[in-house]
Amino acid sequence: MTLGSIRSILLKKMTVSMLVAILAVFGISVLVLFSASQGSWEKLSTHLVNILVAIVLMWCIANLPFQYLHRIALPLYFVGLLLLVLTMFIGDASKGAQRWLDLGFVRLQPSELMKIAVPLTLAWYFDRYEKVLSLSNFILAMVLLVIPVALILEQPDLGTAILVLASGFFIIFFAGLPLRVLLAFVVLFLLALPFAWEFLHEYQRLRVLTLLNPYADPLGSGYHTIQSAIALGSGGFFGKGWMNGTQSQLNFLPEGSTDFIFAVFGEEFGLLGILVLGVLYGFIIYKGLFIASLASTLFARLVAISVTLTFFIYAFVNIGMVTGILPVVGVPLPLVSYGGTSAVTLLLGLGILMNIDKNRRLVQT
Amino acid sequence: MRPPNRSTRHRSSGIIDFKKRLGATLVALVILVGILAARIIYLQIIRFEHYSVMSNDNRIKVVPRIPGRGMIFDRNGVVLAENYSAYTLELEPLEEEADFWGVVDGISNLIEITNDDRERIQETLARRSRFANIVIRGELSDEEAAIFLANAYTFPKVKLGARLYRRYPFGELTSHLLGYVGRVTDQDLEDLERQGQRSNYLRTDRKGKLGIEGYYESALRGKLGYDYVEVNSKGKTIRTIESDLPTNGKNLYLSIDIRLQQAAEEAFGDRRGALVALDPNDGSVLAFLSKPGFDPVLFSLGITRDNWKALQSSPDRPLVNRAIAGTYPPGSTIKPFFALAGLESGARTASWTMSDPGYFTIKGSKHRFRDWKKNGHGVVDTHKAIVESCDTYFYKLANDVGIDVLHEYSRRFGFGSPTGLDILGEYAGLAPNPQWKQKRFGQKWFLGDTISVGIGQGYNLVTPTQLAVATAGLANGANVFVPRIVQGIQDNRDQELELTTPLPMFSLKLHAENVELIHHAMIDVTRPGGTAAAAAAGAKYTFAGKTGTAQVFSLKGAEYNEAQIDERLRDHALFIAYAPAEHPKIALAVLVENGGHGGSAAAPIARKVFDTYLTPRVPIGEDFR
Repeated sequence: MTLGSIRSILLKKMTVSMLVAILAVFGISVLVLFSASQGSWEKLSTHLVNILVAIVLMWCIANLPFQYLHRIALPLYFVGLLLLVLTMFIGDASKGAQRWLDLGFVRLQPSELMKIAVPLTLAWYFDRYEKVLSLSNFILAMVLLVIPVALILEQPDLGTAILVLASGFFIIFFAGLPLRVLLAFVVLFLLALPFAWEFLHEYQRLRVLTLLNPYADPLGSGYHTIQSAIALGSGGFFGKGWMNGTQSQLNFLPEGSTDFIFAVFGEEFGLLGILVLGVLYGFIIYKGLFIASLASTLFARLVAISVTLTFFIYAFVNIGMVTGILPVVGVPLPLVSYGGTSAVTLLLGLGILMNIDKNRRLVQT
Repeated sequence: MRPPNRSTRHRSSGIIDFKKRLGATLVALVILVGILAARIIYLQIIRFEHYSVMSNDNRIKVVPRIPGRGMIFDRNGVVLAENYSAYTLELEPLEEEADFWGVVDGISNLIEITNDDRERIQETLARRSRFANIVIRGELSDEEAAIFLANAYTFPKVKLGARLYRRYPFGELTSHLLGYVGRVTDQDLEDLERQGQRSNYLRTDRKGKLGIEGYYESALRGKLGYDYVEVNSKGKTIRTIESDLPTNGKNLYLSIDIRLQQAAEEAFGDRRGALVALDPNDGSVLAFLSKPGFDPVLFSLGITRDNWKALQSSPDRPLVNRAIAGTYPPGSTIKPFFALAGLESGARTASWTMSDPGYFTIKGSKHRFRDWKKNGHGVVDTHKAIVESCDTYFYKLANDVGIDVLHEYSRRFGFGSPTGLDILGEYAGLAPNPQWKQKRFGQKWFLGDTISVGIGQGYNLVTPTQLAVATAGLANGANVFVPRIVQGIQDNRDQELELTTPLPMFSLKLHAENVELIHHAMIDVTRPGGTAAAAAAGAKYTFAGKTGTAQVFSLKGAEYNEAQIDERLRDHALFIAYAPAEHPKIALAVLVENGGHGGSAAAPIARKVFDTYLTPRVPIGEDFR
């Protein structure tokens, strides 16, 4: 086997430009994580293993024959639902939420599975009834979406629920949800807003109020917001330099390697670093939208657009909460935050994108 | 499943729509990215100077300052709960606990660290927060502090601190009254969060539990303060930049007279039971005792598992506050109230008499409800029925007026629902009626049920607090007040004392001559020939009372123990009373578990308390009012 053929096997099904961007973001991730964990080699090596596993899985799903994506959609969805229900009853509770399921041989978070299963299933459904789409199809699709979202909210895991909801919404929207229906939903939502406030728990109201005035409770709910604003702001244009962020090195910044890693990054690499990350993210999203617009089947097009836009929502919600314009919900910074599960589901999504990219001529009918 | 064939025409129109929607989405993305960009530029460029100062020049750390907890005084200004400062050994919060136990072991070579301490440290480690130091040892003696200081250089991360501890000078005597201060649990934190109070507590904080400490937590607590301190690049404190001072908690003045507690405690000896004494004129609580008590100090640093187990499994159940959470059949102490029900409902008059053969039978039934006196009391009127505690009279009364009247008057005196005392955990007791029985057991109410209720030996259950409140109502004659322990709340900043106002629970709306009749009968209970004559002999004031004896018919909660079984099957002794009879100043209820007869076991305790309260005395301190 020649070097060329090995390269061909490895890269034939990869969208190389996107792969390069992904690896570049991982590069940033490795640097920042090492600094955020104050030079912990142990954490770094775990992170590298996570990345490697995720990349291998991305390669696998990119090399899967395209039709398989159709076939696994529905089974994946129902297995996911079953696991979610199981989690509700026999899941492990940690930090007040019941998210993990121990199946004996592996511990997993069924809600993460739904980030892939929901868009695949909804896309499969719309593709199947493409010719005869009527309002009832959209209603059934919403039901299919709302069930897992409600189960995830119940855990409670607001961050994941938002991402799953977004991934499903994009499919429904691009499948041609009539604009009047969409408009009706928007109006209903706005009308319900004042009443929703009444129904919120005290601590949920607190989160919203914290957003308005984090200094009301500087050691409690406002702490994350204040410290990350100081970290980001003091980074300035050029940043304080790698491993030199005082906020993160002196332990002022909580969860610096997971949900708040963007603050560490902004402190040490400044606006300049953020621009570089922004360009890389921008390229991945641009490429994804490009792939979506060229996709040959409705299924492929919907899946591609959903994966891409959900990736955007990931980044937007995380950066929004770190910069203090959104309430704190647990959403990691895509491809940068420490944590294996989110890396795996994100790269599975991007692997599907590559699969669609490489198969657009093959499936053309 | 294969998807159906597609029509090209349909798809092309779909694609046009798709492109339009994609365009709209792109616009939305650009706007969202613009918002983020604007925010980041605002933070990093426009506010750069501001945040640089906050982060780079002044590395500010926020250090919480726990407020001093409010003190608690009795009605004469005697301190019941106070704070004292003691040395502590504290470890700064660590990221990694790598050598934590090594440090602890090192210290234990110099200063004693018990297994209890270690267990407590383990608990703290599990709940530590980034802001709070970990206390390795509390309450060091001066000598121990000196030993540590001489060796302090070996333990750079450990420092000598000082903390406020809670002290209860009267210990067990006030344990059920005051409760204790203990570590906040996860459940507490959740509750505080719901009340919007979460930000006033640290994860390692302590809060009041049970008793007055628990009920008045928000007043006693005060408000958390913060120091904003500058630290160097190694994290060491350089100076305090700004302080947001803590607000100390408010002081509480109770209506309790600690000397009454002491007198009651002494009279109780080792017996179990409860005593609640009230001022019938406003419902303020003069004494509140549940025996046995517990040592509140056990809880102050966090109770260890062994101590907790010992308290939990003791057959004496020292953690149960019998005064509010012990429910007992009222026995004969219910009779004055039911006699009033008879008079008020018109079923009895002052001149009404009956002949007591020593038992009562329901019409058409052969079953005999027996009087405690085998051959009966002869001719009995209402007065004699109370003085001699004649059962037959009350069997017939119950039979004649029926359960609904008995229920109504029970409720009117506050039986069957919590009294609203300012201590949480009060039980409702039980004022039974047919609806209740139907709901609880799905069974019909029988006339026999009414008969047993009539002498306080049926389904009726009362707490000592309820009994005291009802007795105070009887003494007052017009109003039943909500019992209240705290009389004044004092703000520590301006010393301003805010007094609580008496809260009427019910207006009794009784006829004066009926009240007078009961009143005289209860006075005669304490005179020669009455059931409490012995206990009242030689008193310098007159008092009114009623004895009661409640049969024990279950052994709920207690383990079978042959040596103790006889004692624990004995009847509960009860006594209600008020004095001076002419102008009552104090009304009380005493319960002695398995004490035997009310007249001999419970009444002498009441006598001691009355003597202490009513005998002229040298004032201990100035009355706070």
